[in-house]
Amino acid sequence: MSRARGWGELGPAWNAVLWVFTALVVLLLVGPSLTVIAMSFNSADLLQFPPPGYSLRWYAHFFSRTEWLTAAWNSFIVAVLTTLVATVLGTMAALGLVRGRFPGRHLATAVFLTPLVVPVIVTAVAVYGLYAKLRLVGTVWGLVMGHTVLALPFVIINVSAVLQGMDWRIEQAARSLGAGPLRAFTLVTLPLIRPGILAGALFAFVASFDDLVVALFVSGTRAVTLPVRMWSGIQFELNPTVAAVSTMLILVSVLAFGAVELLRRRR
Amino acid sequence: MAESHGAEVKLLGLSRDYGEIAAVRELDLTVAPGEFVTLLGPSGSGKTTTLMMVAGFVQPSAGDVVLDGRSVVALAPHRRNLGVVFQSYALFPHMSVFDNVAFPLRMRRAAVPEIRRRVEDALALVQLGPLGARRIQQLSGGQQQRVALARALVFRPPVLLMDEPLGALDRKLRDQMQLEIKRIQRTLGLSVLYVTHDQEEALILSDRIAIMHEGRLHQVGTPAEVYDRPATTFVADFVGESNMLSGVVEKTTAERLTIRLRGSARLLEGREGAFAPGQVVRVMIRPEAVAVGVDAAGDGDNRIQAVVEDALYLGQAIRYVVRGDDLTLVARVPRKADDIALRAGTRVTASWPAGATAVILETAP
Repeated sequence: MSRARGWGELGPAWNAVLWVFTALVVLLLVGPSLTVIAMSFNSADLLQFPPPGYSLRWYAHFFSRTEWLTAAWNSFIVAVLTTLVATVLGTMAALGLVRGRFPGRHLATAVFLTPLVVPVIVTAVAVYGLYAKLRLVGTVWGLVMGHTVLALPFVIINVSAVLQGMDWRIEQAARSLGAGPLRAFTLVTLPLIRPGILAGALFAFVASFDDLVVALFVSGTRAVTLPVRMWSGIQFELNPTVAAVSTMLILVSVLAFGAVELLRRRR
Repeated sequence: MAESHGAEVKLLGLSRDYGEIAAVRELDLTVAPGEFVTLLGPSGSGKTTTLMMVAGFVQPSAGDVVLDGRSVVALAPHRRNLGVVFQSYALFPHMSVFDNVAFPLRMRRAAVPEIRRRVEDALALVQLGPLGARRIQQLSGGQQQRVALARALVFRPPVLLMDEPLGALDRKLRDQMQLEIKRIQRTLGLSVLYVTHDQEEALILSDRIAIMHEGRLHQVGTPAEVYDRPATTFVADFVGESNMLSGVVEKTTAERLTIRLRGSARLLEGREGAFAPGQVVRVMIRPEAVAVGVDAAGDGDNRIQAVVEDALYLGQAIRYVVRGDDLTLVARVPRKADDIALRAGTRVTASWPAGATAVILETAP
């Protein structure tokens, strides 16, 4: 009779090896971000590691430059609008794909999820080609529409997951108790799938806020987003403002995921 | 809540196909006002589909559902005003017990004081008085079942539909809830259409039982009718344990039927029925009708000499398998205090009265 052995039973030597290995993996994953954070408090004029001295001057630089602030504002507006559009559309699509019984349902699911599989650059080129004709390049709505394509699969996947785990009889019960289709959905189904919708919305926000590739094509000169501004910052300036912005973006992401996790637990 | 009255439910030629498969075929059934009717059958017999057609969640392929003289097939589920209790209870997990029970009243825009009063009445009816503020997750399975019942009753529907409501409860709780459901149904004078695969539950609860198999109705009758005079071999087999033998009608008289056992010269005496000599029939004998004794005489119209093959101790009874030279019978003999089971190999006489022999015409296989 063999017994499965826990990691702790491997003996002290192997245990030490395991710890070192784990530490290396974590370092590989988090290391670059930590370097960027350190460099953002640089006192020097160039991106350097380790920094020769520490200061907040590049944060001050960011907040004093309108081109940086405008880019941040554009990114924020585009991400918020993308989140709204993608969450509403994605939730409706998930409802249809999970509950609908129509021919071609699997094909439709695959089509909705293609942006996850197709390289982003392909999506970006395709979107650019179409939007150039429609004069949507360089507009906030052009970016929102492009980002919605990227964000939709995340909403559909998250909402589909909770829908599949939901007992349909609960909605039927609401119907039998006198609720019409709309009231049964808003009073019963919606509250029950809210965790999936929230998770989908968060992913949609991040997908839009983080996107560089589609934005490079669609931003034009008038609707520059933060990643696009950072990209040109790296190319032409090489000063640590980019590191300061990166650090703030890391903070925003951590806060957003933390907030959603809190919302989910407080049920 | 005693003022609610049961409605009449009529199912007329109700059918439902799923592609090539007929889930329910031309089902006719009436639930009289205040009557408790059970759809009984194995899984896949179409009983839940039938119930869902009455509730409005499944659209019939043909036929009609008539409530108190009014066809409801064209009505959406929320306009049918029927109480439905689901097997999984289908409670709203994000609401308190009170809010669950208040839901149908709020849908009907009842006034706040009335909601409070009626929810309290409904919770008292199912003996959950003080638990209104609880969350659903804090309740036991039995308590959740009671909430589901209160929620389905609070708006005083004239008909209650129940889909295997006790399926998830353990034996003892189930027995207790059966009595409770019966008490509530009688108190309110409700019409109930109940679905179960548990024949014992059907016998205990029902005024009438409708037995379904492969989408068809095999028999509708009181528990006694269904148990003592099964219309088909399926019913005989599904409701209770039974000995099934094959034979040919030999002779008919006003009060007797004589049947020759297939593959044997033995003649069995059976209850009268509309049969003619030469007809191929199935003979059903309930195990509890068979007496087993060591004395050669025995009593009853049918007697066979046999040997005990197996004896099973059931507590209140002993279940014997006895083998004669041309047939094997199962007998359930009530056990008095200190009775000891006969050993395997004991020579016995098994006997049963003609009246306990139900005869069913053999239908084409």
